[in-house]
Amino acid sequence: MPFIPHTEEEIRQMLDAIRVSDIDELFSEIPGDLHSGKLTSVPSGISEMDVGRIMLARSRQDGHYINFIGGGVYEHHIPAAVWELTTRGEFYTAYTPYQAEASQGTLQLLYEYQTMMSSLMALDVSNASLYEGASALAEAVLAAARARKKLNKVVIPRTVNPRYRKVVESIVRNQRIELVEIPFSVTEGTIDIDVLRAFDKGSVAAVVVPQPNYFGLLEDVDTLTDAAHELDALVIGLVNPTAMALLRPPGRWGADGADIVVGEGQPLGIPLSSGGPYMGFMCCRNKYVRQIPGRIVGRTRDDKGNEGFTLTLQAREQHIRRSKATSNICTNQGLMVVAATIYMSLLGPEGLRRVAARCHHNTNILLAKLTAIDGVYRCFETPFFHESVVRLDQPVTDVLRAIEAQGINGGIDLSEDYPELGNALLTCATETRTVDEIENYATHLDRIMSRRSLDPPCAEKVAG
Amino acid sequence: MLIFERSRTGCTNPSQAPDDDSDISGIPTSLLRAEPPIIPSVSELQTIRHYTSLSQKNFSIDTNFYPLGSCTMKYNPRACNKYAMLPGFLNRHPGSSDRTGQGFMACMYELQEILRDVTGMAAVSLSPLAGAQGEFTGVAMIRAYHDANGDDQRDQILVPDAAHGTNPATATMCGYQVREIPTRPDGDVDLDSLRQTVGPRTAGLMLTNPSTLGVFERQILEVAHIVHEAGGLLYYDGANLNAIMGKVKPGDMEFDVIHMNLHKTFSTPHGGGGPGAGPVGVNERLRPFLPIPYVIDDGGEYRWAVEEDCPLSIGRLSAFMGNAGVLLRAYVYARLLGREGMQRVAEHATLNANYMMRCLEDKGVEMAYPGRRATHEFIVTLKSLKDETGVSAMDVAKRLLDKGYHAPTVYFPLLVPECFLIEPTETESKEELEGFVEALVEILKEAKADPEMVKHAPYTTPVHRIDEVKAARELDVAWQIPEN
Repeated sequence: MPFIPHTEEEIRQMLDAIRVSDIDELFSEIPGDLHSGKLTSVPSGISEMDVGRIMLARSRQDGHYINFIGGGVYEHHIPAAVWELTTRGEFYTAYTPYQAEASQGTLQLLYEYQTMMSSLMALDVSNASLYEGASALAEAVLAAARARKKLNKVVIPRTVNPRYRKVVESIVRNQRIELVEIPFSVTEGTIDIDVLRAFDKGSVAAVVVPQPNYFGLLEDVDTLTDAAHELDALVIGLVNPTAMALLRPPGRWGADGADIVVGEGQPLGIPLSSGGPYMGFMCCRNKYVRQIPGRIVGRTRDDKGNEGFTLTLQAREQHIRRSKATSNICTNQGLMVVAATIYMSLLGPEGLRRVAARCHHNTNILLAKLTAIDGVYRCFETPFFHESVVRLDQPVTDVLRAIEAQGINGGIDLSEDYPELGNALLTCATETRTVDEIENYATHLDRIMSRRSLDPPCAEKVAG
Repeated sequence: MLIFERSRTGCTNPSQAPDDDSDISGIPTSLLRAEPPIIPSVSELQTIRHYTSLSQKNFSIDTNFYPLGSCTMKYNPRACNKYAMLPGFLNRHPGSSDRTGQGFMACMYELQEILRDVTGMAAVSLSPLAGAQGEFTGVAMIRAYHDANGDDQRDQILVPDAAHGTNPATATMCGYQVREIPTRPDGDVDLDSLRQTVGPRTAGLMLTNPSTLGVFERQILEVAHIVHEAGGLLYYDGANLNAIMGKVKPGDMEFDVIHMNLHKTFSTPHGGGGPGAGPVGVNERLRPFLPIPYVIDDGGEYRWAVEEDCPLSIGRLSAFMGNAGVLLRAYVYARLLGREGMQRVAEHATLNANYMMRCLEDKGVEMAYPGRRATHEFIVTLKSLKDETGVSAMDVAKRLLDKGYHAPTVYFPLLVPECFLIEPTETESKEELEGFVEALVEILKEAKADPEMVKHAPYTTPVHRIDEVKAARELDVAWQIPEN
């Protein structure tokens, strides 16, 4: 049931005007043997009411779990106003603001976003977003390699999200860039600085510095930044935006600060939604602005001298430079930026700082409750932001499955990506978790682990 | 006025933030932030008024006819948004187990099957985040295929000179050289040039069909034959799938790999420039290289295919599984349309374009490819107007804004001088199409009578003609707190 407004009479009038007898005649230039397009596995169209019934049933089937999973995207409170405004048709159904005069709303909002994001990171420039965090990191790696023309080696520590490392590998694979992984200290859970210092000066294009790292731990960003700059390498900060309301931002790391910063913007008012859409952010120092991809909005004047906004520095982009563009990226994640901008405005700097502080506070409680259980230990004593790793005395997968049956998502099993950590569980409590929920998690974990050690494995229950 | 200019230190929205009693003593003081970021301190109502009034400065499909060629700016049904934003979908963490996402994954699996049918391909992966990433994925698969065959001297990708900028940019990102193939005056690919250009270095050809010129490439099977004969693969840019959905399948045109733009053909919102979704489809020979993850039906239970399932995969393109919420919207749209509806979409998109083209031609407006049938879009050239009056296509585009119409795509494709690429889509009424035709014809008259007036348009938009040169020369991309 397509959304076609014509009456039969109008269709006839239009065909007459075109001087054809029927619609099929409009397809006469398509060679006859290609007219084979009958659809066989697409079902017949149904009404909005019937589609609604299917979707409601399926969304209910997925249920509602109390979430302690982080790992790069986080459950946060999203003020009701964020999506009420974001889904206004004027934002939702506009396109890339190529016609600046007809897109001042989107353009001004993007300029405001760029201001907030670059200031949150303490850098000069922000673009108008990229797809999501992992591909943004890949774009940062490419931008850094362009900026350091003759160098192709980029250092990515193992404390960077393993999925991000895989995405970077998939995206930069064919551009002659060598990704070098460096290990972490198994006792501290942070980058081993001596390994970084051992590189030859002038041999590395860039070093990726995560804050917090994948384990939720705080890296010694000052020392790392200075050490990377000692090598004449650029520093690519990979940060959580919520954390930056509380922690020293990358532009203030070490003596000179990070050069390019990227990350996942999802924590800023964007729902978890099974993996997307999210948004990647990218900021940099002024001197690298021509190396970064993605839309950038500038403030300018109209021909009457009024303030106005427009896309700028488009000479970097594919629709102008074609094969010499900085990236093939075309769309950004415009609507997600609308949400993030409204989210930041509603929270304000103080609200964001409090969210960040409460996340840390709750994770502290979570770690205390979990490590009070027999067989659960803190993996690292290093300071963390809102996520950390505990080690269990039994396999994490089985425990998580049993916890899931109680309506709880307990965290991420690290044993596959980091076998050196043993039965390690990455777990997180944001500001949305209550003390009751945390205690409930601990109670079930205690019961499941003690029962498993007496009589493994725990019987599986069906999630309700 | 910028939101920052409304900010007052100390203004907070206590109902949106936790109390200020959290214990952060576990974070070393040396790692704490010293100065607050430039994020406004404004009330909730101020925020709502500010962004509501900004939204009102936009043209959008919901407010204006938006015939932006190649972008398929059709109505975005509200149902798609509503049902993708149900709490059970929104609140699910992507790191939770497949067991807790069977409802969502059922939608994804069915969407894969629907897209497979629409495109006539053997398998589909939904993971690419946008059209450009879909292109990247497709070309990366072509590369992986040749590499797997030890065929590593193929270092060139061919693109027609009419192609989208993303095509050559993508080829570069995949480490290929780009060779352009010229287009004949009638809009079809120049086969003689193609024959001379293909060879042992050809990895593949990227083609949009219907092409970016608003015509169907009639020699597509010969093109396919020439490229395949030389050992190259054929890539389908799905930008214009709306024109042929349910009529012709890219798989039947012998394409090896394709991407689709769900924000075009499947009517997910353009959102002021994203998020999009760019699923890819492949034939059997490229199936092993599909990006992960994609959904498989594993004995009645859905699960994501991961590295172990497909060792030759080109890998992961995003941290999770693509723009899930966009894919849900596309799924709802596909179910609403159904198989008959999809075919009618293509028919009526084509009807509308041909009707507009004929109306404009009858009023003396010059077409770039006059002898050809329009597909779902067509190209007007204003070169003679420019020569005669000095009024450019861009000036006319700006003047259209004054008449309440978003401008068509201007100056693309690059090979047609002073062009408009006009795509009305199937969701516009006859009355709306005629209104646009009249507005354009009127502007062409204005351009002859008073060219200076048209050159300084627009006059009724929130700002007048924007100075883009100043924007690039005196770069101001972030607001600073004024001194004093």
